[in-house]
Amino acid sequence: MSGIGRHLLSIEDLDRAGIERILDRAESFAEVSGREIKKVPALRGRTVVNLFYEASTRTSSSFELAAKRLSADVVSVRSIGSSVEKGESLKDTVQTLSAYDPAAIVIRSPHVGAAALVAGWTAASVINAGDGKHEHPTQALLDVFTLRRRLGSLEGASIWIVGDVLHSRVARSNILALRRMGARVTVCGPPTLLPREIEALGCEAKPSLEGLSQADVVYVLRMQQERMREAFVPSLREYVQRYQITSTHLDARQLLMHPGPVNRGVELSADAIDSPRALISDQVKAGVAVRMAVLYELLVGSPVLEAVA
Amino acid sequence: MGAPLFCRPAELLIRGAHVLDPRAGIDTRQDILIRGGHIAELAVPGSIAAPDDCDVVDGTGKHLFPAFVDPHVHLRTPGQEHKETIATGTAAAAAGGFGAVIAMPNTSPPVDNASVLRALAQTADREARVPVGFLAAITRGQNGQELTEMAELREAGALGFTDDGRPVVSAGMLRKALQYQRVCGGVLTLHEEDPALSAGGAMHEGAVSARLGLAGIPSVSESTMVARDAALAIYERGRVHFQHLSCRESVAALAAAKEQSALVSAEVSPHHLTLTDESVRALESSFKMNPPLRTEADRTALVQALRSGLIDCVATDHAPHATHEKEVPFEQAAMGTTGLETAFAALFTKLVLGGELELSALVERMTAGASLFDLPQPTIGPGQLASVCLVDLRAGWEVGGRGYVSRSENCCFHGQTLRGRVLLTVAAGAVVFRAVSAALPAALTAVK
Repeated sequence: MSGIGRHLLSIEDLDRAGIERILDRAESFAEVSGREIKKVPALRGRTVVNLFYEASTRTSSSFELAAKRLSADVVSVRSIGSSVEKGESLKDTVQTLSAYDPAAIVIRSPHVGAAALVAGWTAASVINAGDGKHEHPTQALLDVFTLRRRLGSLEGASIWIVGDVLHSRVARSNILALRRMGARVTVCGPPTLLPREIEALGCEAKPSLEGLSQADVVYVLRMQQERMREAFVPSLREYVQRYQITSTHLDARQLLMHPGPVNRGVELSADAIDSPRALISDQVKAGVAVRMAVLYELLVGSPVLEAVA
Repeated sequence: MGAPLFCRPAELLIRGAHVLDPRAGIDTRQDILIRGGHIAELAVPGSIAAPDDCDVVDGTGKHLFPAFVDPHVHLRTPGQEHKETIATGTAAAAAGGFGAVIAMPNTSPPVDNASVLRALAQTADREARVPVGFLAAITRGQNGQELTEMAELREAGALGFTDDGRPVVSAGMLRKALQYQRVCGGVLTLHEEDPALSAGGAMHEGAVSARLGLAGIPSVSESTMVARDAALAIYERGRVHFQHLSCRESVAALAAAKEQSALVSAEVSPHHLTLTDESVRALESSFKMNPPLRTEADRTALVQALRSGLIDCVATDHAPHATHEKEVPFEQAAMGTTGLETAFAALFTKLVLGGELELSALVERMTAGASLFDLPQPTIGPGQLASVCLVDLRAGWEVGGRGYVSRSENCCFHGQTLRGRVLLTVAAGAVVFRAVSAALPAALTAVK
C-alpha cells in the first residue's frame, strides 16, 4: 500500500508508490477535464481554504479550479487586503480559518517550513503550495506527471535542472521527486546560485552547460531580475551568454520544461519556448488534474480508481 | 525593602557526598559543614556532628561540586522583561547549579553608559538570586560607530565589554577599543561574525541548509573574524575573549592565536557541544541560534578543544525568548536557546556518559569562567565563602516536564530525558536553590 498521509508538506511525505498513485489518479481527473461538464461530486459539502501569502497566478488559480471541479466550497485568502496586513500572526490566521472547519488548507508562504507549522495548528489537511525556498511539492508532481506521459517511465532518464537553484523551491522538490522516480538529476548554474553541498540531495552539480547534450530533459528555472541587484551574477548579459537555453542547445530527442512564469529572452530564448520540444503548456494543463488528485487522495483517498468516474 | 530570604547565610551540613573540585584537588567522599555561609569544615563521612541550628542534607550517593559560573547569559533587563528578568534568570541559574552569572548588555536600552549600569546593579542587589556580573557595550548603542565611555563603565562595575548579539564589524573600531583597554582594563568579549558572509542566514551553511532552502551562515563567517581579531589583539597586546565558538575553523584560529598570546580565551556553549545542524531538519525554532548548530565534525572539534583546555570554559549563552517570538516560521523566529537549567545535565549526559569528556574536566570547564573575568573562583575548602552545588548524577529528568524556572521555554533540549539533577545550590554563602523532591529517595527518580 502506498503511503499518502494526511498532509502534503514535502515530497518526502511520499514514497514512489504514493507518487504513482497520485499520478494515476490525476490521469483519471485529466479525463474529467476533457468532458463538457468538468465536475465530479467528490468533495461536495467540504471546504478548501487557499491561503496565499505570496503572489501566485498558476498555483492559486489551479488549486482553486481543482477544488471547484471536485465540488468543494472554496475560500481564497490573500495576505493583501486581509487581517495579515494588520499584523495578524500566521498562527492566529490559521486558527481563525480553522474555525470554518475546512477539510484542507492550501498554503503558499515566503517562509521555509510555514506549511508544516500550519499542520500543527489545524485539524485540516495541509497542502504546501510553496514555502519559501524549501519546497513546492505539487509543482514537482505535475512535472513528473507531464514527463511520465511523455516518456512512459522516468527510470534512468537524465534530467538537467538549469539556472538559479539556490533560490528555487521548485528545484528542491523536483530533485527529490525525480530521484524517487528513478531519474538521474544534474543541477547546473552559476556557482553563486548553486547551494553548497546540494549534492547531498542525490544530484550532480555542474557550473556550466557542458555535457547538456547527455540530458533527456532540460528543466529551466526562472532567473529573477533581483538576483542581478544582489550581485549573484555580474550581468544579465553574461548570464544569457553562458546559461540561456536556446533551440541550438536541444536536439530532437530532448524535452524542455519550465515552471513559469518565463523570462522570455533571459533563461530561455523565444525559439526554445516556442519549439515543439517545450512542454511548458502541458505542465500548466497538468496542474489542475494533479492538484485535483492531491486533494482527492488526501481528503477521500479511496484506493478504487473507478470511484471518481 | 528587606533582604530576600535566600540571602541568609547558610547553616548547613551535607553528609557523605562525593566532593569533586578539580582545582582544589578533591575527589573523595566528605562531610562538609557550612557555617555563616562559609565552609567551616571538611572531614571524613560521619565525623562531623550536626550543630543544633544546622540543616542536614544527606549527600550519600550524590556529588558536590563547586557551583558553576556562566560567563554568558541574557537576563533581558532592562526592556525585555517579557522574556526574562534578573529575578527569573538568576533563579534559573540557581536551579542549574550556577553560583554566578555574567549578563550581556544587549538590552533595551543597551548597557552603554554608567547610569544604566548602576541602575541595573541596584536591581540585581534587590532581585538576583545568585551574584551577577555585568558586561557593558563596546560601542554606543552597539552600533559599531563610537566607543562607549569604557573607563567610567569600568568604575561603575563593568567586568568587561561586548557588543554581543552582533560583531564589531570595523577592525578600526575594535583596534581603538583594544588601545583604550590599556586605560581601563576589562575583558573585550567578542561575538565573531562577518555579516558580509552571514547576513540573512538562518542556520549553518551545508547539506542541511541546501536541503531546506534556508540561507546559510558559513563557518568562515565566524573563523575569519576570530583570526582577524586575534591578530589585532596580539598587535595591541590586548585581552580578548571569544564567545560561543561553533566551528572547527574557529578552533584552529584560536589555537594559532593562543600560540602567540596568553591574553586570549574562549568559551563554547552546551548546544554546540551536543547538537548538530541535523536537528534543524524538522525546522523546530528552538534549534535556531546564532552562531548556528554546525556539523558533527565541528561538534567533535569543539569537544576536543574543551577537553584539552584550548577552549577555556563552558558558557550557556542563555537566550530566553517568549513563545510568540518562536512560534513562527523558522526564518522569522528569534535566535537563541535557554540553557541555564540544562547545561550541566546536557553535557553530563551527552559528553561524560557518552565517553567524550571526563566528569572532572566538565566541572572544571563549567567553573573556569570566573577567573577569566576576575570573579571569585568557587573553591571547596575551609574558610571559603560557600559556592557549591549538590547533584544526583543517577537521576533522570525530562527537560520541561515540570515547566521551567526561566520565564521562557525556548530550550533546545526540551522533552529530552537527561541524567544529572541539581538538588541544591549554595551561592555566595546562601542556599539559593533546593529541588522540590530533594527529600525523595534517589530510587524514585533514578533511571533504571
